[in-house]
This record gives sequence, C-alpha cells and structure tokens, in this order.
Amino acid sequence: MANVKYVSATRVYAKDAPPAVDALDLDIKDGEFMVLVGPSGSGKTTALRMLAGLEPLDGGRVEIGEKDVTFVPPKDRDIAMVFQNYALYPSKTVAENMGFALKMQGVPKEERARRVREAARLLDLDDTMLDRKPKALSGGQRQRVAMGRAIVREPRVFLMDEPLSNLDAKLRVQTRSQIAELQRRLGITTVYVTHDQVEAMTMGNRVAVLAGGHLQQCDTPRQLYDNPVNQFVAGFIGSPAMNLQTVPLTEGGARLAGTVIPLPTAVRTAASQAGLREIVLGIRPEHLHLANGSGPVTGEVMLVEELGADALLHVRLAEDHNLVVARTEGRKPPAPGQQVTFNVQPDDVFAFHPETGARLAG
Amino acid sequence: MTAIPVRDHEPAALRLRRMSGQVGWGVLAWVVGIAFFLPVLWMVITAFKPESAAQTWPPKFVFSPTLAQFRLVFSGWGPFVTHSLIATTVSTVLVLLLGVPGAYALSVHPVPHWRDGLFFFISTKMLPIVAAIGPLYVIALKTHLLDSIWVLIILYTAMNLPLAIWLIRSFMLEVPKEMLEAAELDGAGRIREIGEVILPVISPGLVSTALICVIFAWNELFLALNLTVTNAATMPMFLISSVPQEGLYLAHLSAAATVASVPVILVGWIAQRSLVRGLSMGAIK
Repeated sequence: MANVKYVSATRVYAKDAPPAVDALDLDIKDGEFMVLVGPSGSGKTTALRMLAGLEPLDGGRVEIGEKDVTFVPPKDRDIAMVFQNYALYPSKTVAENMGFALKMQGVPKEERARRVREAARLLDLDDTMLDRKPKALSGGQRQRVAMGRAIVREPRVFLMDEPLSNLDAKLRVQTRSQIAELQRRLGITTVYVTHDQVEAMTMGNRVAVLAGGHLQQCDTPRQLYDNPVNQFVAGFIGSPAMNLQTVPLTEGGARLAGTVIPLPTAVRTAASQAGLREIVLGIRPEHLHLANGSGPVTGEVMLVEELGADALLHVRLAEDHNLVVARTEGRKPPAPGQQVTFNVQPDDVFAFHPETGARLAG
Repeated sequence: MTAIPVRDHEPAALRLRRMSGQVGWGVLAWVVGIAFFLPVLWMVITAFKPESAAQTWPPKFVFSPTLAQFRLVFSGWGPFVTHSLIATTVSTVLVLLLGVPGAYALSVHPVPHWRDGLFFFISTKMLPIVAAIGPLYVIALKTHLLDSIWVLIILYTAMNLPLAIWLIRSFMLEVPKEMLEAAELDGAGRIREIGEVILPVISPGLVSTALICVIFAWNELFLALNLTVTNAATMPMFLISSVPQEGLYLAHLSAAATVASVPVILVGWIAQRSLVRGLSMGAIK
C-alpha cells in the first residue's frame, strides 16, 4: 500500500522536441484507482513508464510511499505492470509466468504455487489452465494471466497500460468492471492508462486528463464532466463530444443560430475583461432539448443515429450552418430533412477563451 | 456443405488456362530441382560402381553395384572424421557461447558505438581469406598450433562468429520489447533475462545459426589444407587424399564425397523445420 507522487516530473525524448511529459504534478492517494487519459502523444504512457522506472526522468521526481524512487531500478520499486500486449513469456506455462517474479525474489516453491493458485482463483482461471502455454489461451484468458502475474506479486502499486485494448468490445466492457471491482477488493493503488474516455470515466476514482505532455485536469469523473477547466477537457470527456462553436458575443449573451443564448454575468464580465469579441460556446448533446417548434435555436436534421434508448441528431444550425449533435429520446426521433428547434438552459452552457481554451469564469 | 453452392461449372477455357499455368510452374520447378540434384545423384551412383565402370563415357547405368569403395573409405576415414567432428562441434559451441552475449550487447541493450562494432564484425568477412593465410601460418607456427586441432577450432570460431552475431542479433531484435521490460520489472537480471526470456524465444533461430556454422565448418577446406597435415586433417582433406597420384579414382572419390556429405545433409534434414522457422523469423509478423 502506498501513495504515488509526481513532482514536476519531466521527460524529454529528443533535444529539440517538446517534452513528452512536461513538469507533471500529480498526487495519487493510497488505494486510489487513478486513470491517465488522453489522445495519442499526450504523454500518458510515458508518465506511467516513468513511474515504472522504464523511462528515466529529465527533471523532477517520482515518489512511491513518500520515498523518492527516481533513481531506483524498476525491480526495486515494488510495482507490477500489465502491458497492452500482455508480454507473457511464451515458453513458460501460465503458472510459471505468474510465478516468475516470485521466483526472482527467491520465494520458496510451495509458497509460490500457493500464491499463484490464489491469484488464479481470484481471476477465475481454473487449475487446468495453469499448465498451459500462453499460446493455447484465448485473448481474454491471456489478459487475465497478465493481471494474475501482477496480482501474485502483491505489489504496492499496479500499473496498467491499456490492458483492455486488445479485447473485443463485449469482453472489454466485462473485463472493465472486473478490474475495477478487483482493484477495490485488493485496495492496491492503481495507475491505469487509457485513451478511451469511457473506460476512464467508468473505472477511475479520479481521472487525470493529459494533452501534449501537460496535465489538463485531474478530478473525479463527475467533476470532469460537469466542470471541465478548459476546452480540451470539455471536448475530450463525454460521448458524443460536447458541441463547441466559436460564436460572436452580443449584449447579454452569445449569438448562436440567429438567436442569443444568455450567458451568466460572471462569464460576460470575464469575457469583456479579456477584451474578447467572440467566445467558444460549449453545449453537451443532452442539453439541446428538442422543443416542438417553439425553441429559439433552429436547424435542419441531417442524420439520425438510433442507439435504442436514445437517438443522436446531427443538426445543421440555421444561419451559422454549423453541425451540432443533440441527444434525444429514442422512440420518435425527427426524420432527416425535418426542421427542428431546441431549448437551451443558460446554466448548461460552457464558455471558453477562443485562443487559450480556458474556461471563462466557470 | 449445404449453405453455399460450389461453383462447379467454371468456364472450360478459364480452367484450362489456370491448370496449364500451374503445370508450367510445376514442370519448371522439377527441372530446376533435378538440375541441382543430378550431380549429387551421379556422385551417389558412381560411388557404387567398380572403378573400371566409373570411367566410361557415356556413363553406364547398368552395372553390378559394389560396396568395395565404401569399405575402402571406412577403412581410412577414422582420424579425419574425428578431427572434423571435434573442430565442427567445439567451434560451433564456442560460436554460440560468444555470439549470444555479443548479439545481446548489440541489440537488446546496445553498447555505445554498437554500429561500429557491428560493421567491424562483418568487415572481417570482406577480406579474402587467401590474403590472411600467410600471417595465420606464421602465427600458428610460432604458437606451436600448426597441425593441431586447436588452430582449426579457433579459426572456425572466428570465421563463423561474425555471421552468427548478425543472425542472432536479428533474432533478438524480434523479441518484443515489452517482454524484456516485463522481465526487468519481474526482477530478472541480465543473465536470467537472456537465459529464461530471450533464449527460449529465439531458440529456432539459434538452431538454424548453429546449423549454418556446422555446415561451414564441416565443409571448410582452405584453412585445413594450409594449416594441418595429419594431426588435425578434416573430412574435406580426406576427399583430396582419395585422389591418388596415378590410377583410377573416380568411384573411390565419389564414395568418400558421399560419406562426407551425409552428416551435413542429415543434420539439415533433421533441423529443416526449425531452419525454415529460424531463417524466416523476421519475415512473418
């Protein structure tokens, strides 16, 4: 059990290139499930590898359990990692794979076998599987063996690098909840890397959103969704993504599709203080409420995506001719080509600085 | 077999063209194969002929086969085959023992200037061996290694090592990086990493590397001819010694050549699966 701390941790791959991870500060509590999420190239995997000791630091430090481990070799950090492609040893049986780290630590054979069996039980790997080679296992089973290899060690920290990305969609959802449940049961601090924001939202106690090597925001999934600090987080978290439009400011609000969306005073003040004439307006798809011809925001339905419970409307707005996505009840969605109108609650609207992307007076 | 009706009436012209194409390639493959095999066949057949029948032209295919030439070969090959076995086996083991760490240092955890090292190894193969034989002879003479099995072991090791390092290195580069990192996290040191993680993965490659070394060492003649006389003379020298100053020798030579080829062919045949797997390791992802 241990907490993990990044203190201005920096990694530069090439001399003239921008840092892959730039002065990352992150405090992960003991027993917490922390998800690092971001698009490719955001530095999330590099950050994880820095914690693993597979990537040296060019600045700052990494701490595990209040101890500076920046220069501690990986094997002495008391961590276990699950790799994206599992990285199982093909020539060893499942049991040997899972017990390899213990063997390296000099744990006696009986003790090793006991702990391997225990971990296998935890993961629903039956005993017959323990003598097989990884080649003879399905993708899902291999994934569980990789998890088992980490669990057997009883480490202070679990590191997981996109462990679900090689599974098919159904198995991924299933395994997602199993991992989250297992982590809660074991109570071991976990750092989990993914590019999938749904995974991040459903699994993490807290989620750290990274982009371009910088930490954008670290908070609970709820807070990230409700209070994104900038345009990037707002657009990245949530599916379908938030509608983001650059719109001109007017007296009392912002002009969208020929109508004025009222903005809170605080936002207007912030915008005028920054000397802005336009802002980026953000509206989540579920906050565009379909109104039977009486709403202020009008547009034409271009495409309807039926999801069963909901339907997603791709709507071309009047005047601006921008496309937005609206989530509506799935039973009777409007047909493509139909004119629709929406109501928007002023409280549901986000405003961002068009250049810096920062949230205006959130 | 009910779901999809099999297309059973392929247009005749199309089928003819497809079939004739296949037959054409098949015939070509057989012709090339036989062309390669013919001298070998001729050698094996000649080995069973009496010396007088071996000399006739056009060659006779009807003759009373005899094992006389083989008896003669087996009566004299003892020391030669022993020397060949020792030189080949020991040099190949040495090549693997030195080649694995060498390749490791140039691939998995590359040392500084690994490119230069790699180029240096292969550059040693660029020099014609004839150019080096003079100095080698003098060195062997001064170190009292002339006509000793050790001179062949050392030189065969040196001869095969560059190629082996290149081959083993390419196999090691195929080992997934994550697996090595997993081993590092699991606490495996360098020795364990090589022994327990890398070697099992590249073992087909190692087998094919060893096989190539065996073939090269077994067939090597130039060094053996110049640096040994009797105490370390190998099988290729036995072949030469089968050629007498005068008289008929074709059948005897053929029998000796057949005997000398058998081990290499046998090893190749036994290891062919892993040879193909090893040499195409990088090709299939």
